[in-house]
Amino acid sequence: MSEARGLKSWLTTTDHKRIGLLYFWTAFSFFLVGGLEALLIRAQLAQPDGHLVSAETYNQLFTMHGTTMVFLALMPLSASFFNYIVPLQIGARDVAFPRLNAFSYWVFLLGGLFLNASWFVGPLFRAGMLNVAPDGGWFGYANLTERQYSPGPNIDFWLLGLQILGISSLAAGFNFIVTILNLRAPGMKLMRLPTFTWMTLVTQFLIITAFPVITVGLVFLMFDRFFGAHFYVHEAGATPILWQHLFWLFGHPEVYILILPAMGIVSDVLPTFARKPLFGYTVVVYSGILIGFMGWGVWSHHMFSVGLGPIADSVFAATTMLIAVPTGVKIFNWIATLWGGAIRGTTALHFAVGFIAMFIIGGLSGVTHASPPADLQQTDTYYVVAHIHYVLFGGTILGLFAGIYYWWPKMTGRLLSEPLGKWHFWLQFIGMNLAFFPMHFIGLLGMPRRIYTYSADLGVSDLNLASTAGAFLIAVAILVFLYNVWRTRRHGQPASNDPWGGASLEWSIPSPPPVYNFSVIPTVTSRLPRWRTELHGPMQDPPAVPPAPIHVPGGSWWPLVAALGLPVMALAALTHTLWIVFVGAALLLVGIYRWAFEPFEV
Amino acid sequence: MPRIRLWLATAALAMSGCGGPFPQSTLHPRSDFARGTDALFTDIFWWAAAVFVVVELMLLVAIVRFRHREGRAAPRPTHGHTLMEIGWTLAPAVILVFVAVPTVRTIFATAGEAPADALKVDVIGHQWWWEFRYPELALVTANELHVPLGRVVQLSITSADVIHSFWAPPLGGKRDAIPGHMTRIAFRPDSVGDYSGQCAEFCGASHANMRLRVIVDSDSGFGRWATVQLAGPAAPAPGTLAERGRAVFARSACIGCHTIQGVSPGVIGPNLTHVGSRTTIASGLFPNDSAHLARWIADAPSLKPGSLMTRMQPPLTDADIAALGAYLQSLK
Amino acid sequence: MTHAAATHQTSMGLDNRKMAFWAFIGSECLLFGSLISTYLVYKGRSVVGPYPHEILNIPFTSVSTFDLLMSSLMMVLALAAVQRGDMKWGKIWLFSTALLGLVFLGGQVIEFTEFVHKGLTMSTNLFGCTFFVLTGTHGAHVAIGVLWLLTLWVRALQGKLGPANAMTVEISGLYWHFVDVVWIIIFTVVYLIQ
Repeated sequence: MSEARGLKSWLTTTDHKRIGLLYFWTAFSFFLVGGLEALLIRAQLAQPDGHLVSAETYNQLFTMHGTTMVFLALMPLSASFFNYIVPLQIGARDVAFPRLNAFSYWVFLLGGLFLNASWFVGPLFRAGMLNVAPDGGWFGYANLTERQYSPGPNIDFWLLGLQILGISSLAAGFNFIVTILNLRAPGMKLMRLPTFTWMTLVTQFLIITAFPVITVGLVFLMFDRFFGAHFYVHEAGATPILWQHLFWLFGHPEVYILILPAMGIVSDVLPTFARKPLFGYTVVVYSGILIGFMGWGVWSHHMFSVGLGPIADSVFAATTMLIAVPTGVKIFNWIATLWGGAIRGTTALHFAVGFIAMFIIGGLSGVTHASPPADLQQTDTYYVVAHIHYVLFGGTILGLFAGIYYWWPKMTGRLLSEPLGKWHFWLQFIGMNLAFFPMHFIGLLGMPRRIYTYSADLGVSDLNLASTAGAFLIAVAILVFLYNVWRTRRHGQPASNDPWGGASLEWSIPSPPPVYNFSVIPTVTSRLPRWRTELHGPMQDPPAVPPAPIHVPGGSWWPLVAALGLPVMALAALTHTLWIVFVGAALLLVGIYRWAFEPFEV
Repeated sequence: MPRIRLWLATAALAMSGCGGPFPQSTLHPRSDFARGTDALFTDIFWWAAAVFVVVELMLLVAIVRFRHREGRAAPRPTHGHTLMEIGWTLAPAVILVFVAVPTVRTIFATAGEAPADALKVDVIGHQWWWEFRYPELALVTANELHVPLGRVVQLSITSADVIHSFWAPPLGGKRDAIPGHMTRIAFRPDSVGDYSGQCAEFCGASHANMRLRVIVDSDSGFGRWATVQLAGPAAPAPGTLAERGRAVFARSACIGCHTIQGVSPGVIGPNLTHVGSRTTIASGLFPNDSAHLARWIADAPSLKPGSLMTRMQPPLTDADIAALGAYLQSLK
Repeated sequence: MTHAAATHQTSMGLDNRKMAFWAFIGSECLLFGSLISTYLVYKGRSVVGPYPHEILNIPFTSVSTFDLLMSSLMMVLALAAVQRGDMKWGKIWLFSTALLGLVFLGGQVIEFTEFVHKGLTMSTNLFGCTFFVLTGTHGAHVAIGVLWLLTLWVRALQGKLGPANAMTVEISGLYWHFVDVVWIIIFTVVYLIQ
């Protein structure tokens, strides 16, 4: 069964594999944008009293770097694997709601474009270029973000863009929860799911519960800025601290949304290359679930300098320390997986081991933050910047690259070059340590974060220079990766169904899979279906040709049409024009109605 | 093992004090509050370092010792080990108790009410400078906080506009300055000296430029400083540049924003009654000398983006600026 | 391999759309929870009036609440009718539910207009912004529900709704009851407990 080709087929696709690829390329592009922003930041900070960029530009750079990396790069890169791999791992033909899936992607793309358009559209707001991008930090603390202190459209771009992106994540959350719970192949009990799918499930529950909270926070800010409300205005009896509570009630689960998928990837990659099952599978799964729940109880550890009082500080210190326990348990189980194995040092394995090594550091600096008195010296300094980059770059990004090298053959039919991959790994590993380790010291020596320049008197100039060098080394590493990708398109070794000897279902079908995934839906009898275990022999792979024709749903324009309605409505808000709201609402409504009533069989 | 070498090198680089002193370091405490938190951090750090060494070593051994080798038997498919799970759940939990107990102790020790004889200072954050008021002394100054050695200082912190954060690392951790709220820290400085700090909560365009100094004086030195600050401003001698400067000041927009006792009542910018006695200007950005003063008066926003102290219209002449500088420097 | 959605085999035995909808309701609980919590946190902190006790009309809103409760009853009856194939009554009850929803919305319009005349707007004080955003969000949910129900009613008129696709009515019922429960909570927290 040949797949449709051409632009229209991509614009109307509802196939989870194509949507996964769309997510991947879009997210990786945004990752490069965020990386460029990081390089400019580091170039500015390479020397004290730097003059590469103005203060206003710098404030936009660090705001957009954080916002882009969190919402437009890391989350969607994880989503690209949720999309491509989860249905394959559970033995399904697609997700539960393929059109909703497409809708999620288009909303993400449009939201990301909307946010980044702010870099270029300054002149439309009677300001220069590079003047109206969001500049209140990725965390947008009130009351700096109120109209009084941020009069331009910068914060409007931010709060509207994030609301659009929230819709994308929520829709995907509902989709994947139903997919994982309801579309599993016969015999695929929950405790037989690959760990990546399990962590995906926990992540989706976090998404659907955390995003409404920040949505409310953003709505309040929107009403303050557009309609004169006073949600964060202390003169009216309100408090800017409300924003912090709402933001961090979302923000802390968000960091688990960012790390759990990568932990799931590592949990799948290690056993494959150690030739041993994951040690303590049940414990690893339950600790992931526990982290999901406990992640709701720690949010005020981001607010230790606010003066919430000794009792609140003590409670949150305790809950924060507690959450280190299930996290540590996972690390020990991963090491135990490697222990006694027969480890093949593929690039994917390098990244997975690198993840563990770096996450240990990030986790430990996190424990130092958990103590409020100590944290009062660390918070809002480069020490925290070190922590977040060890867990998000050393953690999530290394984990995502493990997934990229691992699943690249499945998704594209070709293997990325291993020698180039090793170069990529080592350059990135050394680069990130050079970039971020000095930041622990820079922070402890008194340099706050979010400052566009610093005095030579602080004595941190050399450390900053070293950090900048590390950042550029990371850039070189990424270039090596891009070269690897480009070269592999033409010269990459073609991949069989199962180049690695994997245990889970995605390795039982061709690389890339046919549009219907499984010619015959398998019946699963073990947690490691493709391996021989004490109880079961390896499963038979599905036949190359389906015994009967398999219906595959066609494409649909309506998810894209409906998605378009959202940035149009955001534009209306931005330009204070009512009639554009109606155009956007019309697009949304027409899209939804046509979607609801078009004939579409899964 | 490039990893370990790299970390040791970086650590050595920093620790060797290549470039010290480190005026804003958190690692050289100069007050009871700072010492308490530094001791706690040191405690936690060594636990973390120990865990780091043990766990990374385990990882390293695993990946080196269990590399795939031709001819080796296939690995045993162990699925888990309940006792080990219990072990590595309890062990970190126990270590965390050793972190939690001193943590809670220190929280309550540093959160208590300051003694009745504490020196009370109100700290008000502005975009982008610091206002200091001593209510019991009826003293108002800006950007440089003078405190006496050996007495508890209680800071009551708030903001006049957006959220800032007061941070003088040698004297203790930071505390946010939140409009509509009052937050508190208290500390007893134990060394005479001049300490640097700066705003530690992103507060807009010139967040990076909102610096401060804390000057710890001996008890008598602080008394002398307070006496001078409470006195009226020095009257410039007739016929001097400073006298001309006072005239320029009195007829310029300066009076709308700044207070000089007996001369002008403005409250939007820092109190300048004794600005000549400060070591820095522009909230710790520049040394208080005529060259920097002249540049600051001529065009503050070019040095501190977003500053409300815009260029005068029509601009002051160089001569006027020099006179103003002389006048302000005379206000010791 | 093509199935009507209603007979699709699922791992947990629950229809996909129903499961998705319960997940959605869970999410909405966090949404309304945040709005209601903010209302409670800011209760009594308005610096200027009008204040709740001066302006809230309990009797009027009680009628509104009763109207919404009755609409939930109609929704139950609508679902029962559609499930047993009685499309005559299915149409009547669906329309009635939507109608009562419109009445509720009309009541809100009257109430909001009254408040604005008495000087309470979004920007007047904390009570104003928390009240209008909370009840406005709820009202928007009701409006979407009315649209949904009328769409189902039109489908029924077109003969395209019946026992085979009663699931869509069931899900719209879940939504409608949820919106009603949220209103009970809002009514209690905002109007009754002052």
